[in-house]
This record gives sequence, structure tokens and C-alpha cells, in this order.
Amino acid sequence: MTVAADTPPLVRLTGVSKHYGGVHALREVEFAARAGSIHGVLGENGAGKSTLIKIIAGVVQPSAGEMLIDDRPASFASPQAANAAGVVCVFQELSLLPDLSVADNICITRPPRRYGLIDRQGQRRRAEELLARIGCSDIDPRLPVKALPLSRRQMVEIAKALGRNPRLLILDEATSALTAADVEKVYALLHRLRREGLGILYISHRMPEIKALCDTCSVFRNGRHIDTFPSGARSDDEVVRMLIGREIHNVYPPKPVRTEPPKPVLETRGLRWGQRLADISLTVGRGEIVGLGGLDGQGQRELLLALFGVLRGVEGSVAVDGRPVRIGSPSKAKSAGIRMALIPEDRKTEGLLLPMTVGENITLAALGGMTRGGVIDRKRESDSIARMVEALRIKIGSADAAVGTLSGGNQQKVAIAKWLLTEARIVLLNDPTRGIDVGTKQEIYQLLHDLAAAGTSILFYSTDYDELIGCCDRVLILYGGRVIRTLEGEAITETNIVASALNLETNGQAAEAVPA
Amino acid sequence: MTTLLRMSRQGGLLLAIALFVLFYGLYSYQHPRGGSADLIVQNANETFTLALVAMAQTVPVLLGGLDLSVGPLMTMVNCLASHLLTGSGWDLAFGIVLCLCAGLLAGFINGALVVYGRIQPIIATLATGAVLIGIALFLRPTPGGAVDSDLSWAATNTLFDVADTYGWWGGDLPGWFQAIQAIPVPIILIVLVVLLVWVPFKNSVTGRGCYAIGSSEQAAFMSGVAIDRSKLAAFTLAGLFAAIAGIYLALQTGSGNADMPMAGGYTLNSIAAVVIGGTSLFGGSGGAVASIIGVMVLRAISFCFRVVPEDSIVGFLANPLLQPLFEGIILLAAVSLGAARVFTVKNRLQLFG
Repeated sequence: MTVAADTPPLVRLTGVSKHYGGVHALREVEFAARAGSIHGVLGENGAGKSTLIKIIAGVVQPSAGEMLIDDRPASFASPQAANAAGVVCVFQELSLLPDLSVADNICITRPPRRYGLIDRQGQRRRAEELLARIGCSDIDPRLPVKALPLSRRQMVEIAKALGRNPRLLILDEATSALTAADVEKVYALLHRLRREGLGILYISHRMPEIKALCDTCSVFRNGRHIDTFPSGARSDDEVVRMLIGREIHNVYPPKPVRTEPPKPVLETRGLRWGQRLADISLTVGRGEIVGLGGLDGQGQRELLLALFGVLRGVEGSVAVDGRPVRIGSPSKAKSAGIRMALIPEDRKTEGLLLPMTVGENITLAALGGMTRGGVIDRKRESDSIARMVEALRIKIGSADAAVGTLSGGNQQKVAIAKWLLTEARIVLLNDPTRGIDVGTKQEIYQLLHDLAAAGTSILFYSTDYDELIGCCDRVLILYGGRVIRTLEGEAITETNIVASALNLETNGQAAEAVPA
Repeated sequence: MTTLLRMSRQGGLLLAIALFVLFYGLYSYQHPRGGSADLIVQNANETFTLALVAMAQTVPVLLGGLDLSVGPLMTMVNCLASHLLTGSGWDLAFGIVLCLCAGLLAGFINGALVVYGRIQPIIATLATGAVLIGIALFLRPTPGGAVDSDLSWAATNTLFDVADTYGWWGGDLPGWFQAIQAIPVPIILIVLVVLLVWVPFKNSVTGRGCYAIGSSEQAAFMSGVAIDRSKLAAFTLAGLFAAIAGIYLALQTGSGNADMPMAGGYTLNSIAAVVIGGTSLFGGSGGAVASIIGVMVLRAISFCFRVVPEDSIVGFLANPLLQPLFEGIILLAAVSLGAARVFTVKNRLQLFG
């Protein structure tokens, strides 16, 4: 029941350009999205996808060109104006207010009222109804949003967008933090919405997702619209070539071949924390990359935070180089005897000081080693910054620019550079490639490989199974706060990871729900 | 080039400098003795105390908090100094050290309440501010004191007067000293405080930690920044600056005065100066030097009211009763000008960052 192709497109851009100062984010873009279609938008970071949707959603105004909604010229001065015209966007950076309840968040723009006051009952009913529609009835609308894990928050975000009765729904990397089960729900929902005649713009870095979901694809590169084609009309190789303008050969650097097991560097015995970690014992050897896999929210994040001294009341023992250690805080974790680093999940809040400069961010964790008589040695600081910018090929105009002005991939490089500079021996990574482009991902894989080759021990959590398969010497699958399986060498395959993640071995079907 | 870039990030500071030049220029032009050494000494004396209180305010503001106890602490040290700054040279030195220690201790207690007591800075310092006023009243139930008059004279005049008071070189001043003898002592003192205290602090790991905490406490914690140490240091440093202000006030007035409205006025003016200097009340950007400029702007504005010709069209401004009203309006205008950057931001999401 797709809408005929000769109806005017829901939204059409003609000759749209956008530049910030001298930087062209979009050049002369011709683009159209139709009702009753799921339209995938592909491109590396910096290709102009974000700018495109920001223009359509009224967050920024184009520098040149015209936007037509239903063939009538339209110009949105604000996201509210776009919402009023039926254009609703689910942004990659969550727009939820952490202290308010789920119901408050979902109904934030137009809460149901009674006698002029917000009708809390009605609001909760509306939230329940919307959550049920996306298959998330298990979320209690009375809970504050901050009590939910990231993946659930993303579902709330989608419910909130639906509550605004969109005609054109834009999803920007909306599934990047979702669990596999939620991704299925979102797919089903989007297919249903398409049948109902909605237009959907779907921005993602994940090729398989786009292939599985979309009927039309557009590729952007360097601010230009490269091509639009029916999904499946181009081979993967062709699409990848369009995306990056060059061919990618070896996506992952080769894994080292070991003759004997490496000397253990980080060992844990019976790590427990509340309901989230139940008896985790693991070993990471010198120069080893150990992956943490499994469904999202099975304790992987908590494990990394526990090791880094962020969580209180962790039971069990941790040993570094065979010596038992107590790590009570991040500053203890990075101290001389331990030299641990954690590259956090959320670079915007935990990783970087957005208003401060690139240079200040890079040196923040390693400043203690750069002082002379208690005062920071400017020369050594700027040398270190220059070294890191070059080593990681961070694209910046000046080290004095605020880090908030960089693209996502470059921000992540700054977050990584900060910890490389501490010369950590144990590096914990919490989903470091979420929402960054193919090129930067590859550089990060190469970097992990080089670090491991130099003797660094790496514990690497990723929601991208492909990454775990490509990078890790061993993969530990977590389920319900414990390691249920360790995959090694040839056994690290997508089938094995998925099967273990769902705990299929034991009873031949998806195991019962995880205790919360 | 990098200097230019750094400057452009401090648009608020550039604006403050421009405002100071404008208002102080206007004042000097109108004043019969405008630009004379006497007048500059007098103006510098009137500016010094608030400048130090504003520096004290700046450090907690960089963390993202407000310190309501800077005015009361200055008042308490002022009363303490009115007892201690008398006697022999050693007595004086000992008295000054004791006053500075009192300031450091009070600041440290503020920091400890915030760090270990987990109390928000504005509440913790509201309470300690009241306690400090209580101590000040205990020390000086009525205004008075006998501050050493030589030191008082030397600290509030020019370098020449210092040499003259203490008979340096037996009255036979060397040439290099004559070249700088017209510089007011308060200006020298504030430059020394900036160079010897503020600049090293700002460039220390602890100081950088304060900026990091103000930018994002979460990210700073996750980066292994010693959060508690930075916060304690920030409040302790604020105490030191406030103590210097208190000592200077004692030297300037020759007495101690536990005046509660004055303490409150200093606290509020210090916040205004910090804002005019371009330091963000959310923390993470700005600095103590900017706040000094902010104080200079505030003071220059109030100086201008003194020289309004009463028979001119703006003569009604000379009415001292109207002065707070107009000062308030000008303050609002100055701060709004600083906020004008919102018109140049293209991506409105950045406004909340």
C-alpha cells in the first residue's frame, strides 16, 4: 500500500547549501522524501547528514536554497514550527530531561490538561499508550528518566516523538544504543508506520540496518548528495565506495598469533555489585584485547565502572600484576601503580569538557606529570598536545578551539588522546565507536591493535558484534551480570556471540527475562 | 594568532575593558584634577578592596558555585586587623600573617563544608557568612581601632610615600626608583597578588582542575581529576583573597568596622564584577584578572556620578539618592551587552551548552 510515486514528495530540498563561516556543511543539495517510505540516509560523519536533518527539523536555517513541504515553500524558524508542520525528529543526542518522569517527558510539549492544569492521570495514560505502541509496556511512566538505562531512554525518546503525531519522522542514529530486542521492536514499528503513510528518514552508520529496513537510500559525502536509489539496487561494495570515495580493503588489522598465554595483568575474582554484577572473574593478559559482549545492559558498563573505581560497595577482589589492589576512585585508578584508563561511553558528559579547548581536554588526565614546581609547564603541555593531535590525526584548526566545535569522530579521538597521554597499561573502553564514522572507526581499530602490540592490556565493550569479532583475542559474553561464555580464536563468530548473548545453549531457546 | 583566538573567546572581557576606558575617560575628562597622580591614587584605593573581594568570588564561581561569605570574611579580617596591625615592625608582620591565616582557615572551612558536608556552596557560605559577621561584631562591637599610621599611609599612597615614610636610601632616591615612584601602592600590590598567587594557581594542576569541574564535573571526575582537592583549594584561595581585602580596608580606614550592610554590599558587588568581567556563573570559563577589570568598570561608573555637572541636562543624576537606581540600570545594560553574543550564535543548541 505504498503511495504512488507521482504524488508530490512530503519534503523536497532544492539547491540547499549551508555553511558555517568558511566550512561548507551542505552544498547545492537536491533531496526529496516521500510519504509511505522509509528513506535511509547514509554518510560518514561530516558528510552533511546531521545538517540536512537539522534544516528539515528547523534547528538551523539553510544559507541558500529552498525547502518545500507538500510542494509549498516552507521555512521553519524553530523545531516547534517544524513540529507544527508534522516534522518530528529523534535526535542522536537524547533530548530527555533526566529528572522528570517518563510520562512528563513524553508529554512535555503538549501535556493533557484539565481545568488549565496538567492532568497527571491523563498524561500517564497517554504515556502508557505510546509506550505500548512501541512495544515497551514494561517501562513504568512514573520513573524518572535518569533511572533508565540508555537503551530504554532511547525508546522513551521514540515514544515522545510519536506523541507529536508526525507526518515525517526523522530518526538520527536512533538505534545506536538499543538492545537487539528493542531494535526488532523499532523495525516492526517503522514498518507499521510506513503502512500508515508516514514518511520516515532513517540516518544510520550501520549498513545492514539500512538494508534490512529502508526502501530508498541516499548517500551523502562531503556535504554533497551523491545518489539516491531503491534499496538493494546497489551492491555493498558500490555503496561503500560512494560513502568514502575510496575502497576499504582490510577493515580490521590482523590479530597477533600467540604461542603461549600472555602474562596476566588485570585479574578479578568474584566481583559483585548490587543486582547488576554477580560473580565476575576474568583475566586480561599483557598485550591482550579482551572483548565484552552480550545483550546491552547485562552488566558490561557496570563492570568497567567497578574496575575504574566509580562504583561504591563492590565486593570481590581485583589484582594488578598479581598484587591485590583497591581502586576507590578514578584518580586512584590512573595512579602510578595501576595506570588504568577508561574511555567512557558518553563523551559529551563523561568524556570531555565541551567548553574547554582541545588542548586542555587532551592533557587533563596527564597534567600531574607535566608540572615544574607545581606549575604546569606550557612547553611540555603544548608538545604533548601536538604529539597526540598528530598521532591520532585529529582534525582541528587550532588546539585552542573549544572541543565542542569538533565533529563526533574527532571528539572521540580527543577523548582517547586524553587517556593515551597517561600511558596507561590497562585500557577499558566502553563502546568507543558508537555514532562515529567508518574512517575514524578504522583508525581506532588500528590504534587498539598498536596499543596491544606495545603491551597494553585492553578490555573492550562494544555493542557492535562485528567489532568484537574483528578486534578481540577473546570475547567474554555477559548475561545477567555474569560471564556465561568465553569465546576464543576461531570460535568468535557472529552466530556464537548472538547465541551466547541470548543464553541459547542452555535450554535451546531465549532464556527467561533478566532479573532487573 | 593564538593570542587573538584566545582573546576572541573572551568577548566579555574585551567589552569590559572598553566600558572601563569609556567611563573612566569620561570621569577624568570632567574632573578638574582628571589624570593627576593624586586622583589616580585615590581611585586605586577605592578600587583595591572590592577588586580583591571580586577575585575571591571568582574562584568558587569558576567551580560553578557562589561564595556569599567573601564580604563577611573581609569584614571579619578587617576587625581582626584593627586589633593586630599595631606595634613594632615584627608585630605588624606577625599581625598580617595571622590575618592571612584567619582568611585561609575560614576559606578552608567553607571548602570542607562543600566537599565533605556535601552542602551547596551558596548555602554553606550563607551560613558561614553569618558566623563571620558574628565574630566580627565580637571583635569590634563598635567601629574603632588603632592601625599603625605609617603602614596605613604607605600602603595607600605612591611608592614615593613608602620610601619617604620609611626613609629608604636616607631620602636620596636612586634614579630607577624616581622613574617609578609615582605608581600607587595598591596597583603594585594587586599586580603582585596576581603574579604571585593567581597566575601560579591558574596554571597548577589544581587550578586547571577547578576549570574542569566548572566545565563538567562528571567528565572531570571520570578523568581522574582530584575533585575534592581542587574544591578545597578554590575556597581556601578565596579566603586568602578576602583576607587581603580585609587587611587593606583596615589600612585604608585606619580602623575596623563590623558593618553588616557593607559586607553584603561587597558580596553582591563582587558577583556583579565577576559577571561584568565575563566569567560564566555556570563555571569553567573566565578568571580573576577579568574580575578586576569588572571592578574597575563598576567603580568607574560610580565615579562618573560624582562629576555630573548639576546645571546640565543630566543634572538630576547628581542627586545621590538616585545613584543606586542609575548604577543598577547601567549594570543591567553592561551585563546585557555581554549577553549579546546570543545574537551571533547560529546553532541555538549551543546556547545551552
